[in-house]
Amino acid sequence: MQAYWKRSQRKLAPWLFLAPGLAMFALYVIIPIFQSMAISFYDWDGLGEKIWIGTANYVELIDDDAFYTSLKNNVIWLVLYLLAVPAGLMIAIFLNQTVWGIRAYKSLFFFPFVISQVVVGLMFSWFYAPNFGLFYKLIETVTGDGVAILADERFVTYGIIVAGLWPQIAYVMILYLTGLNNVAPDQVEAARLDGAKGWRMLWYVILPQLRPATFIAVVVTVIGALRSFDLVSIMTNGGPYGSSRVLSFYMYEQALSEYGYRMGYGAAIAVVLFAIMMVFISGFIWKMWRDETER
Amino acid sequence: MFPRPIQQAPRASRIAYQVALPVALLLWLLPLLGVAMTSVRPASDLAQGNYFGMPSYLAFENYADVFRNSPIAHYILNSFKVTIPTVIGCLVLSCMTGFALAIYKFRSNLLVFFLFVAGNFVPFQILMVPVRDLTLSLGLYNSTLGLALFHIAFQTGFCTLFMRNFIKALPFELIEAARVEGVSEVRIFWFIVLPLMRPAIAALSVLIFTFIWNDYFWATVLTTSAETQPVTAGLNSLNGQWVAAWHLVSAGSIIAALPPVVMFFAMQKHFIAGLTLGAVK
Repeated sequence: MQAYWKRSQRKLAPWLFLAPGLAMFALYVIIPIFQSMAISFYDWDGLGEKIWIGTANYVELIDDDAFYTSLKNNVIWLVLYLLAVPAGLMIAIFLNQTVWGIRAYKSLFFFPFVISQVVVGLMFSWFYAPNFGLFYKLIETVTGDGVAILADERFVTYGIIVAGLWPQIAYVMILYLTGLNNVAPDQVEAARLDGAKGWRMLWYVILPQLRPATFIAVVVTVIGALRSFDLVSIMTNGGPYGSSRVLSFYMYEQALSEYGYRMGYGAAIAVVLFAIMMVFISGFIWKMWRDETER
Repeated sequence: MFPRPIQQAPRASRIAYQVALPVALLLWLLPLLGVAMTSVRPASDLAQGNYFGMPSYLAFENYADVFRNSPIAHYILNSFKVTIPTVIGCLVLSCMTGFALAIYKFRSNLLVFFLFVAGNFVPFQILMVPVRDLTLSLGLYNSTLGLALFHIAFQTGFCTLFMRNFIKALPFELIEAARVEGVSEVRIFWFIVLPLMRPAIAALSVLIFTFIWNDYFWATVLTTSAETQPVTAGLNSLNGQWVAAWHLVSAGSIIAALPPVVMFFAMQKHFIAGLTLGAVK
Protein backbone atom coordinates (compact mmCIF):
# COMPACT_ATOMS: atom_id res chain seq x y z
CA MET A 1 0.00 0.00 0.00
CA GLN A 2 2.65 2.42 1.09
CA ALA A 3 4.87 1.42 -1.78
CA TYR A 4 2.01 1.95 -4.19
CA TRP A 5 1.38 5.43 -2.78
CA LYS A 6 5.08 6.30 -3.04
CA ARG A 7 5.20 5.19 -6.63
CA SER A 8 2.08 6.83 -7.91
CA GLN A 9 1.48 9.77 -5.61
CA ARG A 10 2.29 12.23 -8.37
CA LYS A 11 -0.42 10.66 -10.50
CA LEU A 12 -2.99 10.55 -7.75
CA ALA A 13 -2.20 13.81 -5.98
CA PRO A 14 -3.86 16.15 -8.51
CA TRP A 15 -7.13 14.22 -8.33
CA LEU A 16 -7.08 14.17 -4.55
CA PHE A 17 -6.52 17.91 -4.48
CA LEU A 18 -9.26 18.43 -7.04
CA ALA A 19 -11.81 16.11 -5.48
CA PRO A 20 -13.57 18.35 -2.93
CA GLY A 21 -13.72 21.42 -5.18
CA LEU A 22 -14.72 19.48 -8.24
CA ALA A 23 -17.40 17.56 -6.33
CA MET A 24 -18.98 20.75 -5.00
CA PHE A 25 -18.79 22.43 -8.38
CA ALA A 26 -20.31 19.44 -10.14
CA LEU A 27 -23.10 19.14 -7.60
CA TYR A 28 -24.12 22.79 -7.62
CA VAL A 29 -23.16 23.98 -11.10
CA ILE A 30 -22.46 21.33 -13.73
CA ILE A 31 -25.20 18.82 -12.95
CA PRO A 32 -27.94 21.46 -12.44
CA ILE A 33 -27.34 22.72 -15.98
CA PHE A 34 -28.38 19.36 -17.36
CA GLN A 35 -31.17 18.98 -14.83
CA SER A 36 -32.60 22.31 -15.99
CA MET A 37 -32.48 21.14 -19.57
CA ALA A 38 -34.41 18.04 -18.58
CA ILE A 39 -36.97 19.99 -16.53
CA SER A 40 -37.68 22.20 -19.52
CA PHE A 41 -39.49 19.25 -21.13
CA TYR A 42 -41.88 18.86 -18.22
CA ASP A 43 -44.87 20.61 -16.80
CA TRP A 44 -44.02 21.00 -13.12
CA ASP A 45 -45.13 23.25 -10.28
CA GLY A 46 -42.10 22.40 -8.15
CA LEU A 47 -43.98 20.18 -5.72
CA GLY A 48 -46.31 17.76 -7.43
CA GLU A 49 -45.80 15.22 -10.15
CA LYS A 50 -43.68 16.12 -13.17
CA ILE A 51 -45.60 15.64 -16.39
CA TRP A 52 -43.66 15.01 -19.58
CA ILE A 53 -44.88 17.39 -22.27
CA GLY A 54 -42.05 17.17 -24.76
CA THR A 55 -41.28 20.44 -26.48
CA ALA A 56 -44.58 22.08 -25.49
CA ASN A 57 -42.80 24.66 -23.32
CA TYR A 58 -40.65 25.74 -26.23
CA VAL A 59 -43.62 25.82 -28.57
CA GLU A 60 -45.38 28.08 -26.10
CA LEU A 61 -42.32 30.35 -25.96
CA ILE A 62 -42.52 30.95 -29.71
CA ASP A 63 -45.94 32.57 -29.32
CA ASP A 64 -45.19 34.39 -26.08
CA ASP A 65 -45.06 38.18 -26.51
CA ALA A 66 -43.50 38.63 -23.09
CA PHE A 67 -40.66 36.39 -24.19
CA TYR A 68 -39.95 38.58 -27.21
CA THR A 69 -40.10 41.74 -25.10
CA SER A 70 -37.53 40.22 -22.76
CA LEU A 71 -35.37 39.05 -25.63
CA LYS A 72 -35.46 42.48 -27.26
CA ASN A 73 -34.55 44.11 -23.96
CA ASN A 74 -31.66 41.70 -23.56
CA VAL A 75 -30.32 42.81 -26.94
CA ILE A 76 -30.67 46.49 -25.95
CA TRP A 77 -28.88 45.73 -22.67
CA LEU A 78 -26.07 43.96 -24.46
CA VAL A 79 -25.49 46.70 -27.02
CA LEU A 80 -25.72 49.65 -24.65
CA TYR A 81 -23.83 47.92 -21.86
CA LEU A 82 -20.83 47.63 -24.16
CA LEU A 83 -20.62 51.43 -24.05
CA ALA A 84 -19.03 50.85 -20.66
CA VAL A 85 -15.86 49.76 -22.45
CA PRO A 86 -15.07 53.03 -24.32
CA ALA A 87 -16.49 55.10 -21.45
CA GLY A 88 -14.29 53.31 -18.93
CA LEU A 89 -11.28 53.80 -21.20
CA MET A 90 -11.97 57.54 -21.46
CA ILE A 91 -12.20 57.96 -17.70
CA ALA A 92 -9.06 55.87 -17.22
CA ILE A 93 -7.16 58.10 -19.64
CA PHE A 94 -8.52 61.18 -17.91
CA LEU A 95 -7.33 59.91 -14.53
CA ASN A 96 -3.97 58.50 -15.63
CA GLN A 97 -1.93 61.42 -14.31
CA THR A 98 0.30 61.95 -11.35
CA VAL A 99 -1.07 65.00 -9.59
CA TRP A 100 -1.71 65.53 -5.93
CA GLY A 101 -4.55 63.40 -4.57
CA ILE A 102 -5.01 61.38 -7.75
CA ARG A 103 -5.07 58.09 -5.89
CA ALA A 104 -8.05 59.24 -3.87
CA TYR A 105 -9.77 60.33 -7.08
CA LYS A 106 -9.19 56.94 -8.65
CA SER A 107 -10.67 55.06 -5.73
CA LEU A 108 -13.64 57.40 -5.50
CA PHE A 109 -14.35 56.96 -9.20
CA PHE A 110 -14.20 53.20 -8.67
CA PHE A 111 -16.54 53.43 -5.69
CA PRO A 112 -19.86 52.59 -7.46
CA PHE A 113 -18.58 49.09 -8.26
CA VAL A 114 -18.22 48.20 -4.59
CA ILE A 115 -21.82 49.03 -3.78
CA SER A 116 -24.50 46.37 -4.10
CA GLN A 117 -26.71 46.58 -7.16
CA VAL A 118 -29.67 46.69 -4.81
CA VAL A 119 -28.38 49.95 -3.40
CA VAL A 120 -27.49 51.25 -6.87
CA GLY A 121 -31.03 50.44 -7.97
CA LEU A 122 -32.55 52.29 -5.02
CA MET A 123 -30.27 55.28 -5.63
CA PHE A 124 -31.32 55.57 -9.24
CA SER A 125 -35.00 55.04 -8.38
CA TRP A 126 -34.66 58.08 -6.16
CA PHE A 127 -32.77 59.90 -8.90
CA TYR A 128 -35.60 59.25 -11.39
CA ALA A 129 -38.48 59.62 -8.93
CA PRO A 130 -41.37 61.60 -10.38
CA ASN A 131 -41.98 65.09 -9.00
CA PHE A 132 -38.91 65.37 -6.81
CA GLY A 133 -36.14 63.17 -8.27
CA LEU A 134 -33.01 65.03 -9.30
CA PHE A 135 -33.20 63.77 -12.88
CA TYR A 136 -36.93 64.46 -13.11
CA LYS A 137 -36.34 68.04 -11.95
CA LEU A 138 -33.55 68.47 -14.44
CA ILE A 139 -35.70 67.35 -17.37
CA GLU A 140 -38.54 69.49 -16.11
CA THR A 141 -36.31 72.57 -16.05
CA VAL A 142 -34.93 71.92 -19.52
CA THR A 143 -38.07 70.82 -21.39
CA GLY A 144 -40.78 72.20 -19.12
CA ASP A 145 -42.24 68.75 -18.73
CA GLY A 146 -41.00 66.05 -16.37
CA VAL A 147 -40.68 62.43 -17.45
CA ALA A 148 -41.23 59.58 -15.01
CA ILE A 149 -38.55 57.38 -16.55
CA LEU A 150 -39.38 54.21 -14.65
CA ALA A 151 -43.10 54.43 -15.32
CA ASP A 152 -42.78 55.07 -19.04
CA GLU A 153 -42.61 52.06 -21.34
CA ARG A 154 -40.54 53.97 -23.86
CA PHE A 155 -37.70 54.85 -21.49
CA VAL A 156 -37.77 52.39 -18.66
CA THR A 157 -35.21 49.91 -20.01
CA TYR A 158 -32.80 52.69 -20.91
CA GLY A 159 -33.22 54.19 -17.45
CA ILE A 160 -32.28 50.88 -15.84
CA ILE A 161 -29.34 50.37 -18.20
CA VAL A 162 -27.92 53.77 -17.21
CA ALA A 163 -28.03 52.63 -13.59
CA GLY A 164 -26.23 49.43 -14.60
CA LEU A 165 -23.61 51.30 -16.58
CA TRP A 166 -22.58 53.33 -13.58
CA PRO A 167 -20.81 50.50 -11.69
CA GLN A 168 -19.81 48.75 -14.91
CA ILE A 169 -17.92 51.80 -16.21
CA ALA A 170 -16.11 51.95 -12.88
CA TYR A 171 -15.06 48.33 -13.27
CA VAL A 172 -13.80 48.80 -16.84
CA MET A 173 -12.00 51.96 -15.76
CA ILE A 174 -9.98 50.13 -13.14
CA LEU A 175 -9.04 47.43 -15.67
CA TYR A 176 -7.76 50.08 -18.08
CA LEU A 177 -5.98 52.06 -15.36
CA THR A 178 -3.98 48.95 -14.56
CA GLY A 179 -3.40 48.36 -18.25
CA LEU A 180 -2.23 51.93 -18.87
CA ASN A 181 0.14 51.61 -15.95
CA ASN A 182 1.89 48.80 -17.79
CA VAL A 183 2.11 50.34 -21.24
CA ALA A 184 5.74 50.23 -22.36
CA PRO A 185 7.09 53.80 -21.96
CA ASP A 186 9.82 53.35 -24.58
CA GLN A 187 7.27 52.52 -27.26
CA VAL A 188 5.24 55.59 -26.38
CA GLU A 189 8.36 57.78 -26.48
CA ALA A 190 9.44 56.28 -29.80
CA ALA A 191 6.00 56.89 -31.29
CA ARG A 192 6.09 60.46 -29.98
CA LEU A 193 9.41 61.06 -31.72
CA ASP A 194 7.73 59.83 -34.90
CA GLY A 195 5.09 62.51 -34.39
CA ALA A 196 2.23 60.30 -33.18
CA LYS A 197 -0.21 61.90 -30.77
CA GLY A 198 -3.80 62.05 -29.66
CA TRP A 199 -6.18 59.62 -31.37
CA ARG A 200 -3.56 58.11 -33.67
CA MET A 201 -1.32 57.40 -30.72
CA LEU A 202 -4.23 55.86 -28.83
CA TRP A 203 -5.36 53.72 -31.75
CA TYR A 204 -2.05 52.49 -33.11
CA VAL A 205 0.23 52.41 -30.09
CA ILE A 206 -1.75 52.29 -26.86
CA LEU A 207 -4.79 50.16 -27.69
CA PRO A 208 -2.80 47.21 -29.06
CA GLN A 209 -0.93 47.12 -25.78
CA LEU A 210 -4.19 47.26 -23.84
CA ARG A 211 -5.51 44.14 -25.58
CA PRO A 212 -5.62 41.91 -22.46
CA ALA A 213 -7.49 44.60 -20.52
CA THR A 214 -9.94 45.06 -23.39
CA PHE A 215 -10.56 41.33 -23.58
CA ILE A 216 -11.43 41.09 -19.89
CA ALA A 217 -13.50 44.28 -20.06
CA VAL A 218 -15.58 42.88 -22.93
CA VAL A 219 -16.00 39.51 -21.21
CA VAL A 220 -17.23 40.94 -17.91
CA THR A 221 -19.46 43.48 -19.68
CA VAL A 222 -21.15 40.93 -21.94
CA ILE A 223 -21.69 38.51 -19.07
CA GLY A 224 -22.89 41.35 -16.85
CA ALA A 225 -25.38 42.54 -19.47
CA LEU A 226 -26.90 39.11 -19.98
CA ARG A 227 -27.01 38.43 -16.26
CA SER A 228 -28.82 41.67 -15.47
CA PHE A 229 -31.48 40.82 -12.93
CA ASP A 230 -30.97 42.76 -9.73
CA LEU A 231 -31.64 46.22 -11.14
CA VAL A 232 -34.76 45.17 -13.04
CA SER A 233 -36.10 43.45 -9.96
CA ILE A 234 -35.33 46.37 -7.64
CA MET A 235 -36.22 49.32 -9.82
CA THR A 236 -39.36 48.21 -11.69
CA ASN A 237 -40.07 44.56 -10.95
CA GLY A 238 -40.31 44.16 -14.71
CA GLY A 239 -42.91 46.88 -15.12
CA PRO A 240 -44.64 48.94 -16.29
CA TYR A 241 -46.76 46.15 -17.84
CA GLY A 242 -43.72 43.90 -18.17
CA SER A 243 -41.97 46.29 -20.54
CA SER A 244 -38.63 46.24 -18.72
CA ARG A 245 -38.36 42.47 -18.31
CA VAL A 246 -35.22 40.71 -19.42
CA LEU A 247 -34.91 36.94 -19.89
CA SER A 248 -33.30 36.36 -16.51
CA PHE A 249 -36.09 38.25 -14.79
CA TYR A 250 -38.87 36.71 -16.85
CA MET A 251 -37.57 33.26 -16.00
CA TYR A 252 -37.66 34.06 -12.29
CA GLU A 253 -41.12 35.53 -12.59
CA GLN A 254 -42.47 32.40 -14.29
CA ALA A 255 -40.75 29.88 -12.07
CA LEU A 256 -40.76 31.43 -8.63
CA SER A 257 -42.93 34.41 -7.92
CA GLU A 258 -46.47 35.31 -7.06
CA TYR A 259 -47.40 34.78 -10.71
CA GLY A 260 -46.95 31.08 -10.37
CA TYR A 261 -44.58 28.19 -10.06
CA ARG A 262 -44.12 27.10 -13.64
CA MET A 263 -40.72 25.48 -13.20
CA GLY A 264 -40.78 23.72 -16.57
CA TYR A 265 -41.59 26.88 -18.51
CA GLY A 266 -39.04 28.84 -16.48
CA ALA A 267 -36.41 26.20 -17.21
CA ALA A 268 -37.16 26.52 -20.93
CA ILE A 269 -36.55 30.28 -20.75
CA ALA A 270 -33.34 29.62 -18.82
CA VAL A 271 -32.19 27.18 -21.48
CA VAL A 272 -32.68 29.84 -24.17
CA LEU A 273 -30.70 32.36 -22.12
CA PHE A 274 -28.04 29.73 -21.51
CA ALA A 275 -27.82 29.01 -25.24
CA ILE A 276 -27.33 32.71 -25.99
CA MET A 277 -24.65 33.01 -23.34
CA MET A 278 -22.95 29.83 -24.47
CA VAL A 279 -22.22 31.50 -27.81
CA PHE A 280 -20.21 34.16 -26.01
CA ILE A 281 -18.73 31.82 -23.42
CA SER A 282 -17.47 29.45 -26.15
CA GLY A 283 -15.83 32.40 -27.87
CA PHE A 284 -14.04 33.47 -24.68
CA ILE A 285 -12.99 29.94 -23.84
CA TRP A 286 -11.74 29.36 -27.37
CA LYS A 287 -9.52 32.44 -27.13
CA MET A 288 -8.26 31.50 -23.68
CA TRP A 289 -7.61 27.95 -24.85
CA ARG A 290 -5.53 29.26 -27.76
CA ASP A 291 -3.50 31.53 -25.47
CA GLU A 292 -2.99 28.66 -23.07
CA THR A 293 -1.81 26.08 -25.59
CA GLU A 294 0.42 28.54 -27.45
CA ARG A 295 2.46 29.26 -24.37
CA MET B 1 3.29 57.34 -20.23
CA PHE B 2 -0.04 57.93 -21.90
CA PRO B 3 -1.56 60.44 -21.97
CA ARG B 4 1.30 62.95 -21.82
CA PRO B 5 1.83 64.03 -18.20
CA ILE B 6 -0.17 67.14 -17.42
CA GLN B 7 2.92 68.71 -15.87
CA GLN B 8 4.32 69.17 -19.39
CA ALA B 9 1.18 70.93 -20.59
CA PRO B 10 0.73 74.70 -20.65
CA ARG B 11 -0.30 76.41 -17.43
CA ALA B 12 -3.87 76.96 -18.60
CA SER B 13 -4.44 73.24 -19.26
CA ARG B 14 -2.95 72.38 -15.91
CA ILE B 15 -5.37 74.64 -14.12
CA ALA B 16 -8.25 73.37 -16.24
CA TYR B 17 -7.35 69.80 -15.30
CA GLN B 18 -7.19 70.60 -11.60
CA VAL B 19 -10.64 72.17 -11.84
CA ALA B 20 -12.09 69.40 -14.01
CA LEU B 21 -11.09 66.64 -11.58
CA PRO B 22 -13.34 67.58 -8.65
CA VAL B 23 -16.17 68.67 -10.95
CA ALA B 24 -16.12 65.33 -12.77
CA LEU B 25 -16.02 63.46 -9.49
CA LEU B 26 -18.95 65.42 -8.15
CA LEU B 27 -21.05 64.63 -11.22
CA TRP B 28 -19.97 60.99 -11.14
CA LEU B 29 -21.02 60.51 -7.53
CA LEU B 30 -24.17 62.64 -7.74
CA PRO B 31 -26.65 59.78 -7.13
CA LEU B 32 -24.59 58.65 -4.16
CA LEU B 33 -24.32 62.14 -2.69
CA GLY B 34 -28.04 62.65 -3.17
CA VAL B 35 -28.82 59.51 -1.20
CA ALA B 36 -26.27 60.34 1.49
CA MET B 37 -27.89 63.78 1.90
CA THR B 38 -31.38 62.31 2.00
CA SER B 39 -30.35 59.84 4.66
CA VAL B 40 -29.68 62.65 7.14
CA ARG B 41 -32.67 64.76 6.15
CA PRO B 42 -35.50 64.87 8.69
CA ALA B 43 -38.83 63.48 7.51
CA SER B 44 -40.40 66.91 8.04
CA ASP B 45 -38.15 68.38 5.34
CA LEU B 46 -39.36 65.82 2.82
CA ALA B 47 -42.96 66.48 3.77
CA GLN B 48 -42.44 70.18 3.08
CA GLY B 49 -40.84 69.48 -0.28
CA ASN B 50 -37.33 70.41 0.78
CA TYR B 51 -35.57 67.73 -1.25
CA PHE B 52 -32.40 69.47 -2.34
CA GLY B 53 -31.89 72.46 -0.07
CA MET B 54 -29.88 72.30 3.11
CA PRO B 55 -31.48 69.91 5.60
CA SER B 56 -32.99 71.95 8.41
CA TYR B 57 -30.80 69.85 10.71
CA LEU B 58 -28.75 66.67 10.46
CA ALA B 59 -31.21 63.94 11.30
CA PHE B 60 -29.03 61.05 12.38
CA GLU B 61 -32.17 59.76 14.06
CA ASN B 62 -33.07 58.28 10.65
CA TYR B 63 -30.33 55.73 11.20
CA ALA B 64 -31.50 55.05 14.73
CA ASP B 65 -35.03 54.66 13.36
CA VAL B 66 -33.92 52.13 10.81
CA PHE B 67 -32.23 50.03 13.46
CA ARG B 68 -35.08 50.36 15.92
CA ASN B 69 -38.02 49.78 13.58
CA SER B 70 -36.69 47.20 11.18
CA PRO B 71 -34.81 43.91 11.43
CA ILE B 72 -31.82 45.43 9.60
CA ALA B 73 -29.39 44.45 12.35
CA HIS B 74 -30.53 40.88 11.90
CA TYR B 75 -30.21 41.13 8.12
CA ILE B 76 -26.63 42.31 8.51
CA LEU B 77 -25.85 39.48 10.88
CA ASN B 78 -27.27 37.06 8.29
CA SER B 79 -25.10 38.60 5.62
CA PHE B 80 -22.04 37.92 7.73
CA LYS B 81 -23.25 34.40 8.42
CA VAL B 82 -23.37 33.78 4.68
CA THR B 83 -20.32 35.77 3.62
CA ILE B 84 -17.65 34.64 6.06
CA PRO B 85 -18.14 30.85 5.65
CA THR B 86 -18.25 31.38 1.89
CA VAL B 87 -14.93 33.21 1.85
CA ILE B 88 -13.27 30.51 3.96
CA GLY B 89 -14.85 27.64 2.05
CA CYS B 90 -13.91 29.00 -1.36
CA LEU B 91 -10.35 29.68 -0.33
CA VAL B 92 -9.86 26.18 1.07
CA LEU B 93 -11.30 24.50 -2.01
CA SER B 94 -9.64 26.73 -4.58
CA CYS B 95 -6.17 26.64 -3.03
CA MET B 96 -6.27 22.91 -3.63
CA THR B 97 -7.88 22.94 -7.08
CA GLY B 98 -5.62 25.80 -8.19
CA PHE B 99 -2.58 23.90 -6.95
CA ALA B 100 -3.64 20.70 -8.73
CA LEU B 101 -4.24 22.47 -12.03
CA ALA B 102 -1.12 24.63 -11.93
CA ILE B 103 1.49 22.10 -10.80
CA TYR B 104 0.53 18.76 -12.35
CA LYS B 105 0.52 17.85 -15.99
CA PHE B 106 -2.19 15.34 -16.79
CA ARG B 107 -4.27 14.78 -19.84
CA SER B 108 -7.56 16.33 -18.75
CA ASN B 109 -5.91 19.26 -16.97
CA LEU B 110 -7.03 21.97 -19.35
CA LEU B 111 -10.44 20.38 -19.71
CA VAL B 112 -11.07 20.53 -15.96
CA PHE B 113 -9.69 24.05 -15.83
CA PHE B 114 -12.00 25.33 -18.54
CA LEU B 115 -14.92 23.51 -16.94
CA PHE B 116 -14.39 25.74 -13.90
CA VAL B 117 -13.96 28.85 -16.03
CA ALA B 118 -17.00 28.22 -18.21
CA GLY B 119 -19.19 27.26 -15.24
CA ASN B 120 -18.33 30.56 -13.69
CA PHE B 121 -19.96 32.42 -16.61
CA VAL B 122 -23.29 30.59 -16.92
CA PRO B 123 -26.53 32.47 -16.21
CA PHE B 124 -27.80 31.89 -12.69
CA GLN B 125 -31.26 31.04 -13.98
CA ILE B 126 -30.13 27.77 -15.53
CA LEU B 127 -29.07 26.66 -12.05
CA MET B 128 -31.99 28.10 -10.16
CA VAL B 129 -34.62 25.35 -10.17
CA PRO B 130 -32.28 22.39 -9.52
CA VAL B 131 -30.26 24.26 -6.88
CA ARG B 132 -33.40 25.29 -5.05
CA ASP B 133 -34.57 21.70 -5.24
CA LEU B 134 -31.25 20.35 -3.98
CA THR B 135 -31.24 22.82 -1.10
CA LEU B 136 -34.81 21.82 -0.22
CA SER B 137 -33.96 18.14 -0.20
CA LEU B 138 -30.91 18.77 1.99
CA GLY B 139 -33.26 20.47 4.44
CA LEU B 140 -31.28 23.68 4.10
CA TYR B 141 -33.84 25.78 2.26
CA ASN B 142 -34.30 29.16 3.93
CA SER B 143 -31.09 28.89 5.95
CA THR B 144 -27.86 30.84 5.79
CA LEU B 145 -25.92 27.58 5.51
CA GLY B 146 -27.84 26.50 2.41
CA LEU B 147 -27.08 29.83 0.77
CA ALA B 148 -23.42 29.70 1.80
CA LEU B 149 -22.98 26.16 0.42
CA PHE B 150 -24.19 27.24 -2.99
CA HIS B 151 -21.96 30.31 -2.98
CA ILE B 152 -18.92 28.23 -1.99
CA ALA B 153 -19.51 25.87 -4.89
CA PHE B 154 -20.17 28.56 -7.45
CA GLN B 155 -17.37 30.92 -6.46
CA THR B 156 -14.91 28.01 -6.54
CA GLY B 157 -15.01 28.42 -10.32
CA PHE B 158 -13.70 31.96 -10.29
CA CYS B 159 -11.30 31.29 -7.41
CA THR B 160 -9.82 28.29 -9.19
CA LEU B 161 -9.13 30.40 -12.26
CA PHE B 162 -7.46 32.98 -10.06
CA MET B 163 -5.41 30.60 -7.91
CA ARG B 164 -4.30 28.45 -10.81
CA ASN B 165 -2.97 31.45 -12.73
CA PHE B 166 -1.29 32.77 -9.61
CA ILE B 167 0.49 29.50 -8.81
CA LYS B 168 1.43 29.05 -12.44
CA ALA B 169 3.42 32.30 -12.20
CA LEU B 170 5.46 31.05 -9.23
CA PRO B 171 8.95 29.69 -9.99
CA PHE B 172 8.50 26.00 -10.76
CA GLU B 173 12.14 25.25 -9.79
CA LEU B 174 11.07 25.46 -6.14
CA ILE B 175 8.80 22.47 -6.56
CA GLU B 176 11.27 20.51 -8.63
CA ALA B 177 13.98 21.07 -6.07
CA ALA B 178 11.70 19.85 -3.31
CA ARG B 179 10.77 16.76 -5.29
CA VAL B 180 14.43 15.93 -5.81
CA GLU B 181 14.80 16.13 -2.05
CA GLY B 182 11.98 13.61 -1.75
CA VAL B 183 9.43 15.94 -0.17
CA SER B 184 5.91 14.54 -0.46
CA GLU B 185 3.33 16.30 -2.62
CA VAL B 186 1.17 17.22 0.37
CA ARG B 187 4.12 18.81 2.13
CA ILE B 188 5.04 20.70 -1.03
CA PHE B 189 1.52 22.11 -1.08
CA TRP B 190 1.47 22.95 2.60
CA PHE B 191 5.02 24.19 3.24
CA ILE B 192 6.17 25.58 -0.08
CA VAL B 193 3.26 26.75 -2.17
CA LEU B 194 0.71 27.83 0.44
CA PRO B 195 2.98 30.39 2.15
CA LEU B 196 3.66 31.98 -1.24
CA MET B 197 -0.05 32.32 -1.93
CA ARG B 198 -0.70 34.90 0.76
CA PRO B 199 -1.22 37.83 -1.65
CA ALA B 200 -3.67 35.77 -3.73
CA ILE B 201 -5.54 34.70 -0.62
CA ALA B 202 -5.79 38.31 0.56
CA ALA B 203 -7.00 39.51 -2.83
CA LEU B 204 -9.60 36.79 -3.16
CA SER B 205 -10.93 37.23 0.37
CA VAL B 206 -11.84 40.87 -0.21
CA LEU B 207 -13.24 40.18 -3.66
CA ILE B 208 -15.40 37.24 -2.62
CA PHE B 209 -16.54 39.09 0.48
CA THR B 210 -17.81 41.91 -1.69
CA PHE B 211 -19.38 39.66 -4.34
CA ILE B 212 -21.25 37.59 -1.79
CA TRP B 213 -22.28 40.51 0.38
CA ASN B 214 -23.80 42.14 -2.69
CA ASP B 215 -25.51 39.03 -4.02
CA TYR B 216 -29.22 39.53 -4.38
CA PHE B 217 -30.50 36.87 -6.76
CA TRP B 218 -29.59 33.80 -4.71
CA ALA B 219 -30.67 35.51 -1.52
CA THR B 220 -34.18 35.86 -2.93
CA VAL B 221 -34.21 32.33 -4.33
CA LEU B 222 -32.90 30.44 -1.31
CA THR B 223 -34.07 32.49 1.68
CA THR B 224 -37.53 33.84 2.42
CA SER B 225 -37.82 35.10 5.97
CA ALA B 226 -36.33 37.92 8.02
CA GLU B 227 -34.57 35.34 10.20
CA THR B 228 -32.40 34.18 7.33
CA GLN B 229 -32.39 36.86 4.61
CA PRO B 230 -29.16 38.73 4.01
CA VAL B 231 -29.23 42.49 3.86
CA THR B 232 -29.65 42.84 0.07
CA ALA B 233 -32.89 40.85 0.04
CA GLY B 234 -33.92 42.43 3.33
CA LEU B 235 -33.45 45.91 1.97
CA ASN B 236 -35.74 45.08 -0.91
CA SER B 237 -38.53 43.96 1.39
CA LEU B 238 -38.01 47.05 3.57
CA ASN B 239 -38.26 49.17 0.45
CA GLY B 240 -41.68 47.66 -0.09
CA GLN B 241 -42.74 48.61 3.44
CA TRP B 242 -41.31 52.11 3.47
CA VAL B 243 -43.21 53.38 0.47
CA ALA B 244 -41.95 56.89 -0.27
CA ALA B 245 -40.15 57.11 3.09
CA TRP B 246 -37.00 58.03 1.23
CA HIS B 247 -35.11 59.18 4.31
CA LEU B 248 -35.40 55.65 5.73
CA VAL B 249 -34.69 53.92 2.41
CA SER B 250 -31.57 56.04 2.02
CA ALA B 251 -30.33 55.41 5.53
CA GLY B 252 -30.97 51.69 5.09
CA SER B 253 -29.10 51.66 1.78
CA ILE B 254 -26.09 53.35 3.30
CA ILE B 255 -26.02 50.89 6.19
CA ALA B 256 -26.25 47.94 3.79
CA ALA B 257 -23.48 49.29 1.57
CA LEU B 258 -21.10 50.08 4.38
CA PRO B 259 -19.33 46.76 5.13
CA PRO B 260 -18.01 46.15 1.60
CA VAL B 261 -17.10 49.83 1.31
CA VAL B 262 -15.06 49.67 4.51
CA MET B 263 -13.50 46.45 3.27
CA PHE B 264 -12.63 48.09 -0.04
CA PHE B 265 -10.98 51.15 1.45
CA ALA B 266 -9.11 49.09 4.03
CA MET B 267 -7.78 46.55 1.53
CA GLN B 268 -7.77 48.62 -1.65
CA LYS B 269 -4.48 47.32 -2.95
CA HIS B 270 -5.52 43.68 -2.68
CA PHE B 271 -8.97 44.36 -4.03
CA ILE B 272 -7.67 45.96 -7.19
CA ALA B 273 -4.91 43.40 -7.60
CA GLY B 274 -7.57 40.72 -7.51
CA LEU B 275 -9.92 42.43 -9.89
CA THR B 276 -7.34 43.27 -12.51
CA LEU B 277 -5.57 39.93 -12.56
CA GLY B 278 -5.11 39.09 -16.19
CA ALA B 279 -5.63 42.67 -17.35
CA VAL B 280 -1.89 42.85 -17.99
CA LYS B 281 0.32 40.21 -19.43
